[in-house]
Amino acid sequence: MSADPQDSVQEAAPAYRVIGTRPIRQDGLDKVTGRAVFGADVRLPETLYGAVLRSPHAHARLLSIDTRQAEALPGVKAVVTAADLPAITLEGDWGDNLRYQSQNTLAADKVLYYGHAVAAVAAVSPHIASEALRSIQVVYDPLPAALDVRQAMREDAPILLDTLRTDSLGQRGNQPTNVASHARFERGDLEQGFAQAALVVEREFETATVHPGYIEPQNASAIYQSNGQVTIWCSTQAAFGIRDDVANVLQIPVGQICVIPTEIGGGFGGKNSAYLEPLAALLSKKSGGRPVKMAMNYSEVLAATGPTSASYIHVKVGVDRDGLITAAQATLVYAAGAYPGSPLWGGMPAIFGAYRVDNLRVDGYDVVVNRPRSGSLRAPGAANAVFASETVMDEICEKLGMDVLEFRRLNGVRQGDRRSDGVPLPRIGFHEALQAARQHPHYTAPLGGPHRGRGVACAYWGNHGGKSSATASVHADGSVSLLEGSVDVSGTRTSLAMQLAETLGIPLEAIHPRVADTNAVAYTEGSYGSRTTFATGWVVYELGQKLIALLSERAAILWETSPDQVQFAEGVFSHKGGEKRLAFKELAARLDETGSPLMASVSLAAGGAGPAFAVHLVDVEVDPETGKVQILRYTAVQDAGQAIHPGLVEGQIQGGVAQGIGWALHEGYVYDEAGRLLNANLLDYRLPTCLDVPAIEPVIVEMPNPRHPYGVRGVGEIPIIPPPAAIANAIARAVGVRLTQLPMSPGRVLAARLARDA
Amino acid sequence: MNSKPYAKKVQVQAQINGEPVEFLCEPRQTLLEVLRESLGLTGAKEGCSNGNCGACSVLLDGVLVNACLVLAVEIQDKRVLTIEGLAPREGLHPLQEEFLRQGAVQCGFCTPGMILSAKALLDHNPHPGESEIRRWLAGNLCRCTGYEKIVRAVQAAAERLSQQEAAVEVKP
Repeated sequence: MSADPQDSVQEAAPAYRVIGTRPIRQDGLDKVTGRAVFGADVRLPETLYGAVLRSPHAHARLLSIDTRQAEALPGVKAVVTAADLPAITLEGDWGDNLRYQSQNTLAADKVLYYGHAVAAVAAVSPHIASEALRSIQVVYDPLPAALDVRQAMREDAPILLDTLRTDSLGQRGNQPTNVASHARFERGDLEQGFAQAALVVEREFETATVHPGYIEPQNASAIYQSNGQVTIWCSTQAAFGIRDDVANVLQIPVGQICVIPTEIGGGFGGKNSAYLEPLAALLSKKSGGRPVKMAMNYSEVLAATGPTSASYIHVKVGVDRDGLITAAQATLVYAAGAYPGSPLWGGMPAIFGAYRVDNLRVDGYDVVVNRPRSGSLRAPGAANAVFASETVMDEICEKLGMDVLEFRRLNGVRQGDRRSDGVPLPRIGFHEALQAARQHPHYTAPLGGPHRGRGVACAYWGNHGGKSSATASVHADGSVSLLEGSVDVSGTRTSLAMQLAETLGIPLEAIHPRVADTNAVAYTEGSYGSRTTFATGWVVYELGQKLIALLSERAAILWETSPDQVQFAEGVFSHKGGEKRLAFKELAARLDETGSPLMASVSLAAGGAGPAFAVHLVDVEVDPETGKVQILRYTAVQDAGQAIHPGLVEGQIQGGVAQGIGWALHEGYVYDEAGRLLNANLLDYRLPTCLDVPAIEPVIVEMPNPRHPYGVRGVGEIPIIPPPAAIANAIARAVGVRLTQLPMSPGRVLAARLARDA
Repeated sequence: MNSKPYAKKVQVQAQINGEPVEFLCEPRQTLLEVLRESLGLTGAKEGCSNGNCGACSVLLDGVLVNACLVLAVEIQDKRVLTIEGLAPREGLHPLQEEFLRQGAVQCGFCTPGMILSAKALLDHNPHPGESEIRRWLAGNLCRCTGYEKIVRAVQAAAERLSQQEAAVEVKP
């Protein structure tokens, strides 16, 4: 192979003062002392407690709801049903989407999943609220349920949404269906590609519904005043997203709603959209404007908030004698849950995203089933897709007797290659990450025992930019308050303040970051898509430049010169060609002499998100008697771009891997035949504990993103993608069976082994 | 006609975070509900409400418990330690400091419970090995960190506590 110029480029790392250090997070003190205020910690005078009645059926017509007894119960102040929600008359796809949002808030004519909200009450205590729920009489007419995608795609399947018609490659169908859409990526000549192959591997996969599993349940407190103003406190990743959802469901202007985001106890994509917020607002309105506080219990979290899609995936890959991919094809069928919108947009680009494939076809089907409406989960739709593709790639390597990292070096995408969706890749760090994995001692360490195997898997994730806003004010003591539109899910107050401190040349301690409410700052997309440190980080860089320009004008006034005669470097303003100098702090102290107080705001829509790549190595031991998989060692290599705070990046990698381990080995919804969720609690839906997860070693490769002022790529999502595939590949190498279903529970591993031996 | 859906309230006296406390509660109220809703001690968090996540961990007469599984009436004449009572008058407990230094806090929701479980462990064994730390923390779920930095923080706090003890011993 000829050397790729990309491999030989060596750039001197810029010398940063703050970026790349590991300061203690500003929000840390409140969090170790218990003082941090999370959504359910909000205390308002005269608070009522809300609770939600949920469907015991997976699919049923709602014949009647009688709330009279509940309303008569002493202490009950309000009861609401879908009849209290405004009708949404807008036509077209967007109107349908709003109706789905409304129906998911409170079921209108039908319930579509076990746990679907049917009514809500507000009472003077949570106990009275739950007693009131028991006295609401609902008459259901149960219907047959469609629980998995292949069942839901059959011609005789029960139809969930009467008006749904398939959008197939842009053509609208005319028959009732559960298939919401069919999309395709295609290039080259698939038939010819497979004809050129010396080896073709074709496999089918199935993955379970899994949940983001944040420990803090959804919550909301709301006050709906008689003048129409609504104030909502809640744990969310997307304060503006919640505002817009509430506006849509209640059909009121966004200007009437202020969302105050609290500290948030984990999100992972699951706290982007509204569940309780419109209910709390509606209950407050109906109880005369008293505050209404609601919090789900964990059964409600699992049964009724967005898990990620269960999926059926078919993969076929052909390679020539040298291991070069000649063709790759995949079909992804994702369970959307009760309403359209599964994360095919994440899975389809991800499934072959790490590979250069000239002859390619990826088909995606979005299928509604009688399960909760799917939501986002960290790199939505990617981990299950890559479980399928990377398992097939590993099998190819095994059959060819080829080193798994050499296979990726040969086939892995490079700058200029086209992504599956056609977009050419900018500067990426995939091959640098592959090299780091190859050089890591883990790759060649002895396994040290029987029934052990080492697995490797790689991943691509596009990351997201998008719209962000922030405001900064300079104070007389040289400190700067930073009001940011981005919710801080995992340390972004710090990673943003660090970028502003770097730009302004002042100590990090001089920056006071705060998450703003929706009335205090301009629109900002939620903290999802690995976007906050990238996009809002870009905002604070521009904010710093703006402050420097404004401060230069003030220095010019003091020095009786023009602003273009003032220069700025490393926190000091100086007079070009003169001796006069003022440090940032000194100039801030003299703002009073030069005019008004000083503040600036920046909003931008950030393009140029830097794609992320990851290479994971894992060693497992499989218990031959029980099929239980124990993870012995885990190394996660990732191109993080410039790591603003390496400690936070490591935390994202370790947390993402742990979540991926749960998805791989033991998480998954279990339904009975009637569609009742059987494991809606944290004992039976088992999140990894610290005994399940080994010490995960993060290896950060820093290939700066040339399209960000500080070289930031997103880091948060990609670490969840490779673990299921890497673990499956390790199991295959350990005991010689290839698992094609998630989770790879002890029973499945054992059954696969026994089937092979028989 | 509905009867009043309230049970008669019970008076409870206990010691919480070193202070004598007296409150009224319904027999069905959990310690967690009373701490959070009546006493304003919201450091203990409600995650799963059935003893599986550990976010509401507190110490009851020095024993680690899930406050969601203890009825408030059960704490009569007992001592409760919550996260709000852990730090000394000035500064922080070494566990709190090490959680900050080692980056063991991400969203922070599991942190109070995690720190109290670690406190219970270090009270029981000041020099735990990694596997013992992991066993003691296995009742506290964290979805953000992958646990690695939490384990390191507990190790570092244990070291600092034993150094402090050693320093106390050599004092004249």
